Amino acid sequence: MSQPGYSDKVMDHFMNPRNVGVIEDPDGYGKVGNPTCGDVMEMFIRVKDDRIEEIKFRTFGCGAAIATSSMTTEMALGKTVEEGLKITRDEVGRELGGLPPNKMHCSNLAADALHMALEDYLNKAAVRKG
Amino acid sequence: MRRIYMDHAATTPLAPEVLEAMIPYFSERYGNPSSLHSFGREAREAVDDARTEVAALLNAEPSEIYFTSGGTESDNLALRGIARKNKKKGRHIITSSIEHPAVLEVCKALAGEGFEVTYLPVTREGLVEVGAVEEAVREDTILISVMHANNEIGTIQPLEEIGRLAGEKEIYFHTDGVQTAGKIPVDVRSLGVDAFSLSGHKLYGPKGAGALYIRKGVRIESIQQGGGHERGMRSGTENVPGIVGLGRAAMLAEEKMEEESERMRSLRDRMSGWVLKEIEDSWLNGHPVKRLPSNLNFGFRYIEGESLLLYLDAKGVAASTGSACSSKKLAASHVLSAIGLEPVESHGSLRITLGMENTEEDVDYACRAISESVARLREMSALRPG
Repeated sequence: MSQPGYSDKVMDHFMNPRNVGVIEDPDGYGKVGNPTCGDVMEMFIRVKDDRIEEIKFRTFGCGAAIATSSMTTEMALGKTVEEGLKITRDEVGRELGGLPPNKMHCSNLAADALHMALEDYLNKAAVRKG
Repeated sequence: MRRIYMDHAATTPLAPEVLEAMIPYFSERYGNPSSLHSFGREAREAVDDARTEVAALLNAEPSEIYFTSGGTESDNLALRGIARKNKKKGRHIITSSIEHPAVLEVCKALAGEGFEVTYLPVTREGLVEVGAVEEAVREDTILISVMHANNEIGTIQPLEEIGRLAGEKEIYFHTDGVQTAGKIPVDVRSLGVDAFSLSGHKLYGPKGAGALYIRKGVRIESIQQGGGHERGMRSGTENVPGIVGLGRAAMLAEEKMEEESERMRSLRDRMSGWVLKEIEDSWLNGHPVKRLPSNLNFGFRYIEGESLLLYLDAKGVAASTGSACSSKKLAASHVLSAIGLEPVESHGSLRITLGMENTEEDVDYACRAISESVARLREMSALRPG
């Protein structure tokens, strides 16, 4: 099924999102967006030996918001923290085969949520080290 | 895959009888109604018959019906034509904040021509209050335009009362009846309207054909000049097949109205009863009773309408949403904002508009599809409590 404006890959990630859910006591957590403007995303990560071992998301939003969240988790899984921080908004959009112009902000949100979760992890790690 | 169309406020399928009536006018009866020869005369007769059929649907005189290209053109002609012709008398126009863009955007354009427009608020149920109309009336008010029923939430406006007021104050009264013509009884006399817009493709007729009723004696000018067709009101060679289709659709709608509106009402209530009972944190936007028999507009908390629409589409159910994310401008529906919904509430709206082909079985299937889709999206929603 193709949707005007949405690539097949966007539709696939939207209809069959990967890594949906929550992680209890995550190593890192990030939440972006607000319900007034439309999209809210949260990401949970578990890190082991500096690698993103587990990642989950929950998203309130349109098809693009859900698809970019799913895509971002798939791209981040197994990467090192540093590699994860380098995943850009543009890469998420590109990886999905593009997004309609008025939906590009969704990919921004997903990358932002990931970065926020990674920074949360780094902050916590810094605190632990003292 | 099973496909169920429940977006009849957007457009309706052409009734087979309508198509059948139209076909000859694409081929062997191709005459121009303005021509004096037999080819022209048979086309003219067909247009006249259609005019009679549309007039009958509205309880108007055939001479008060003008064919247009659809609802948008009818609204443009009524608003611009009446405003411009009467600007010496005054420059104030009253409308509601929940009109279709075909009215709102024309009002905006008229404001640019020096007219002043008052946009009336509506109640939580989407009703224009007659008292608010009365308060808005000024010495220089020349036109009131309030839609008959809203295309998103289905609320039916108290046109008789507004019409009476307009009549007393000698102010012209136009209504956009695109969603009501052929669906509920329309009597332009008892409604007290001076102009009524309708569209063919919303009543199982063709796209590209509509009509404007203009009461005899209303001062209005044409907005499209040319060869003087439609008694000078709308120049341009008549869309004969479209007009024939509109006429036949009007006739069928009138024949079936009583039975069909009752059937719609029962399907609608079956659906809303089930959805509101079985799905938590759901509600109905619009008026509980003063509502089109075919319209439902649900709100579902914690989820977003475009996602819901696409999940339903994947299950073969076609519906619509007022969510900002689904619009080109990423702005929430002006109707849902006007009834006082918070952005987070209007995001989760789903409009179901039933029609002739829908059955109880379809409704039950759609109910399950909605329930499953809402549950799935809530599972992944960041707004879900817990």
